Amino acid sequence: MKSVIPREVESLWTLFTAPTVWAIHFVVCYAAVAVYCAKAATFGFDFATVRLALAGFTVVALAVIVLSAYLAWRQWGFGSGDPPHDEATRKDRALFQGFATLLLSGLSFVAVVYVAIPLIFIAECQR
Amino acid sequence: MMDQGLTDASRPRISGLRSSKLCPSSILLPGILLSSCSGSHSPLDPAGPEASHVAHLFFVMLVGGVVIWIAVVAALVYASRKKNAHSEKAAGRVILWCGAILPTVLLCALLSYGMWLMPAIRPWLPDDQQVRRIEVTGEQFWWRVRYLDEAGEVMFETANEVRIPVGEPAHFSLKAADVIHSFWVPSLGGKMDMIPGRTNPLTLTADREGTYRGVCAEFCGESHALMAFTVRAVAAREHDAWLAARQASKPLDAEGLATFLNNGCGACHAIAGTAANGRIGPDLTAFGERGTLAAGTLPHTETDIARFIADPGEIKPGVKMPHFGMLPEDDIKKIAVFLKELK
Ligand code: HEC
Ligand SMILES: [Cu+2]
Repeated sequence: MKSVIPREVESLWTLFTAPTVWAIHFVVCYAAVAVYCAKAATFGFDFATVRLALAGFTVVALAVIVLSAYLAWRQWGFGSGDPPHDEATRKDRALFQGFATLLLSGLSFVAVVYVAIPLIFIAECQR
Repeated sequence: MMDQGLTDASRPRISGLRSSKLCPSSILLPGILLSSCSGSHSPLDPAGPEASHVAHLFFVMLVGGVVIWIAVVAALVYASRKKNAHSEKAAGRVILWCGAILPTVLLCALLSYGMWLMPAIRPWLPDDQQVRRIEVTGEQFWWRVRYLDEAGEVMFETANEVRIPVGEPAHFSLKAADVIHSFWVPSLGGKMDMIPGRTNPLTLTADREGTYRGVCAEFCGESHALMAFTVRAVAAREHDAWLAARQASKPLDAEGLATFLNNGCGACHAIAGTAANGRIGPDLTAFGERGTLAAGTLPHTETDIARFIADPGEIKPGVKMPHFGMLPEDDIKKIAVFLKELK
């Protein structure tokens, strides 16, 4: 793992990665189903295909979030120190950011799962 | 239970408190228990499969909520009694498990359960497989009801009252003429919005005969709260006979018809078999069969019909019917008797 990922990719941007993935996943799921159901007749595939594609997309989104969580965990020193990390030092700032990113990744993971749950139960377009 | 949801007690000017007579327990806990009464418009007294699922969902959520509430309050009491009895580490673990992980799992379970119920709450058939189709259009502040045949053509129109056969799904095509309304028959199922320019489908089934009250559940103007309707669930054979009778239009002549026509009522109201063919207001064919007046606002009596004709705006603010208080009282009375007798 360490050989593939650069030693220090962490910046303020990594903080936003997981919530951004959540937002994109949300929009893609809603837009895909809405557009498909409005224009089902003009597409050559059925709703099950849409659900399968979105399920695949969900797995990809979750994988990206897990990766972001791993990087955050690493930045946080793999849990070696306890919060609140509020010293005015470069080290504490990095630890704090790592911890915050880890929590946001957790939240985004759960949110993506919740957004995807209807794909399991809603089996058809209602028009 | 009376046949109709409306009794004298529900006249608008009389205090609404009197209706709590329906349910003695409501004196103790009006807020919660009023809605738990059995009755013609209670989601907790379901009269069909869709409504049963809604009620079931409600009770599962209620029990779940109560259990969680008791646990939280117990923890609170415990914490306030035993200050500093546990290490910070143990407290952190409690927060992680009970504050994050457990709620996440519980919410996931409840969400999945609700989603799993969805198809049963909103049964749905493609358009071409629906048999009993009824188009209902929400208008400020009443309901236009049209019965459609298999081809989707209008068989006839009526208003403010919907008849459905017991035990068979009735498919509603819901529309709106002016602003957003919402169609809700609590005893029969969940609500569905009526949006201008759209047709929203809703399927409801009544398991037992009865008269159920429906309401507009989306604020739509001054008289939104006075926009109700009646659903009558009758035996399928009786329903078919009624459909046939309503389609056989026979010329009609009765005392009072001339007064009705001469005063221009026919410009807005239609009565099958007469020269009245207006489309702006509710169709008044067989008006005498209806249980309520002016979209569930008044009891269906001659006095109330006369009162409504004389000053509809007094009873329903913002109503789209001009007042006819300037007509001679006798004429108003004659029209009221004529309408009350209209079968
Ligand atoms: C400008 C059109 C218009 C004219 C003219 C008019 N009405 Fe109406 N009428 C309406 C509308 C709109 C409603 C629906 C009111 C509501 O409940 O919001 C209504 C409702 C009613 C109702 C209640 C219907 C129901 O389903 O409960 C009665 C009865 C009635 N009108 C009788 C009359 C009579 C009698 C006259 C003639 C003296 C008359 N109307 C003239 C528009 C009109
Ligand atoms: Cu309304």
